Amino acid sequence: MIWLNQVIQGVLLGGYYALIACGLSFMFGVMRVINLAHGDLGILAAFLVWAIVEHSGMSPFLALAIVLPLMGALGWLMQRAMLERSLRAGVLVPLLTTFGLAIVIQNLLFEQFGADTRSLAPAIGDLAFDSWSLGSQIYIGKLAGLIFAVAVVLLGGLQLFLARTGLGRAIRAVAEDPDTAELVGVDSRTVYAAAAAIAVMTVAVGGTFLGMRATFAPYAGPAQLIFAFEAVVIGGIGSMWGTLAGGVALGIAQNLGAQIAPNGFLIAGHAVFLAVLGARVAAGERGLRALFGRAA
Amino acid sequence: MSARAALAIRRWTPLSVAAVGTLAALAAALAFGPLFLDANALDRLTTLFIYVLLATMWNALAGYGGLVSVGQQAFFGIGAYAAIRLSSFGVGVYPALLLGGACAAALAYALSGFALRLRGGEFAIGMWVLAELLHLLVNLDRLIQGETGTSLIALNAFSPEHRRDYNYWLALASMGALVALVFALLRGRLGASVQAIRDNEEAAASLGVRVLATKRILFVVAGAGCGLAGTLYLATSISFQPATYFGVQWTAYMIFMALVGGLGTFEGPILGAIVFFLMESFFGATGIWYLVGLGATAVAFALYLPRGLWGTLEERFGLKLLPVGYRVAGAEGDGPARGRT
Amino acid sequence: MSVLGLERLEVRHGQLQAVRGISLAVAEGETLALVGANGAGKTTLLRAIAGAHRPAAGRILLDGADVTALPAYRRVAQGIALVPEGRRLFAGMTVEENLLVARANGRPGPWTIERVLATFPMLRARFKAKAGSLSGGEQQATAIGRALVTNPRVLLLDEVSLGLAPIAVERVYECLRALIGAGATIVLVEQDLGRALRVATRVACMLEGRVVLEGAAAAMTREQVSAAYFGLARGEEPQPA
Repeated sequence: MIWLNQVIQGVLLGGYYALIACGLSFMFGVMRVINLAHGDLGILAAFLVWAIVEHSGMSPFLALAIVLPLMGALGWLMQRAMLERSLRAGVLVPLLTTFGLAIVIQNLLFEQFGADTRSLAPAIGDLAFDSWSLGSQIYIGKLAGLIFAVAVVLLGGLQLFLARTGLGRAIRAVAEDPDTAELVGVDSRTVYAAAAAIAVMTVAVGGTFLGMRATFAPYAGPAQLIFAFEAVVIGGIGSMWGTLAGGVALGIAQNLGAQIAPNGFLIAGHAVFLAVLGARVAAGERGLRALFGRAA
Repeated sequence: MSARAALAIRRWTPLSVAAVGTLAALAAALAFGPLFLDANALDRLTTLFIYVLLATMWNALAGYGGLVSVGQQAFFGIGAYAAIRLSSFGVGVYPALLLGGACAAALAYALSGFALRLRGGEFAIGMWVLAELLHLLVNLDRLIQGETGTSLIALNAFSPEHRRDYNYWLALASMGALVALVFALLRGRLGASVQAIRDNEEAAASLGVRVLATKRILFVVAGAGCGLAGTLYLATSISFQPATYFGVQWTAYMIFMALVGGLGTFEGPILGAIVFFLMESFFGATGIWYLVGLGATAVAFALYLPRGLWGTLEERFGLKLLPVGYRVAGAEGDGPARGRT
Repeated sequence: MSVLGLERLEVRHGQLQAVRGISLAVAEGETLALVGANGAGKTTLLRAIAGAHRPAAGRILLDGADVTALPAYRRVAQGIALVPEGRRLFAGMTVEENLLVARANGRPGPWTIERVLATFPMLRARFKAKAGSLSGGEQQATAIGRALVTNPRVLLLDEVSLGLAPIAVERVYECLRALIGAGATIVLVEQDLGRALRVATRVACMLEGRVVLEGAAAAMTREQVSAAYFGLARGEEPQPA
């Protein structure tokens, strides 16, 4: 029963990983950029929500509604002011610039908020610890269930958006072939900026839920980036549902690892990630470079 | 005959001969540092040597191998950890420090088959995860006591004064040896392969350039260098806390130094290390804003001065002090010739 | 007034000058065929008109308005559409989606997705199929349809017969003749001289980035064009249009 419980908790944790991972996967799919500041943007959003909650006492969900457009604007700005130029300079430069941005965000957060760990859990009342019980030893936290549901809705919504809307189709066209997209009238710069805004908004949702289910601190971003990246690679990049599956696999591996040994949580997650990556390399697959359009 | 003579390939210009000579003389003079420098100067210079070593290693990877690693702290940490482990087994402390670098090189070799098949961002974060995993595994060692860490107690066998001198010499020698090794490698057959790969990896592979083998050499050398830097840092600080050694900030520093100095230029990272060293000396006390500044400067250089300080000087003045590229003598004045067809 | 006008257009690729001072005018309802050997600069010229290459000098006029400074996507809204060499469909998207992407950005006009399907009936059955899974002929039809749904004032076609089976080429050209009959303004690049002379109202032969021979297709013989094609007519007076 304990093991079954760990698996269930792992699945739910996977929902959180999918939330922080889908923006990373999305941005890579469209712009071929791995944004090394992705996790830090999520933490930034969590701090913004926290600051609003602290000052006004409003619900974090409401505060997130205020923060989301701000984060979207930030994503847009990041694309236009930084990534656009980086992309023109070659494949390695975006890694360098986003890594630099990550350092700037982390240290600005530290400067502004100090080293204390924060949490949004006190602001959501009972939701933070209420649970449904299934049998004697299995409990499903209401928050964990909510996060999983939000992840499913977000991934499904993103997929629907890509398939059914004009902007979604333009994004896919640019992802496949930006030059030709321009020739059929798509303004690829604007599409890129919109995609970056969407990606940053999704990780803002993820960061806010991190704040509700646990604690966060200015330097917590890189760890979230690594989890997100692991979920994406395990699930196979470009597929929205693959990202959820990857997040779930990562969550299960970590929870089972924790059951085996106290330090097993992170080790098992990293090990599964490296094993999947290793298997993919051995199989000669092109890993991350799989076509984005295939699954969208 | 005359056509060939007109296009003779020349690498040594009088200027570069003078530069290499000056550098060798400078290194020789620095070797006598403990005779005329005070304790503080020796400590500071030891730190600078470590930075030059790190910057040169990261540049060898990214600037020449096209491998942007966010996980070089793996080797930094493993080098230091191996030194501690070896010392606990009774190996003499300075030999243990050197062997720590060798262990890091061995680790790099072991990882290379996997890591070098990853591409771009996959490699960048894959290396980062490897560093995290190694950090966690090192924490499992009872000797290390988790994040509490331990100290290289055996160093107490030497008086602080002797230790300072030995550390200084070790750092100078490690830096000198590895910088010279990278220089020699890039001037040899490896250099031609590196340039071919940098211009076009697929084309290079089709011309028979052994892409993986070439990258492996750079990867292992960089592993050795970063490992040695880790052991040198351990020698100066004595205490080993895993989170410090396996921290991603080391990579951040390396990226900063290589970018600011000039990625893909041989001299650039050395200049970048000096810039970083000076910035740390002057602004390090400002704490957080210093780090914000480092990040912002790195972004600005990557975007607006991608060839770095040295690369920009080189472009403007056709300067090449430590020539690792090829220079077509007949085309003098056009600047250094790139291996373009 | 001509629909499309080029004034002393020059395009460079790095050191190489691909287009060297070309001036041309294409009138409403005219079909201009650009012919010439590989490397003569035809594709570069077409792509420069579409906005994929920025000219080094000269002007591009659409209905008399200067569009030289506009990026490619804004030229589509102004009425220039290119069917690129190699078709360049969005392979991961369906035929319908390929058409929808273009439709969202074009000018208002008679061309709708329904009309594309009526023009190329073979696409009807493959409407929901991924473009990457289509045959060469179906792909070319989709590519032309994708350009048409933007309701261009001038349609640019780059080697539409390249890599197609002969029967597929015939069907594509049947459709083109129908378009031309309906009064479309077209600039096309075609390797096959005979076909170019048959379908076009005017022919311009390019050599090393210049137009060396230009005139009404009906007034031109195959021999004249092929002489110009290989540079043998250089120095002769251009044929009067």
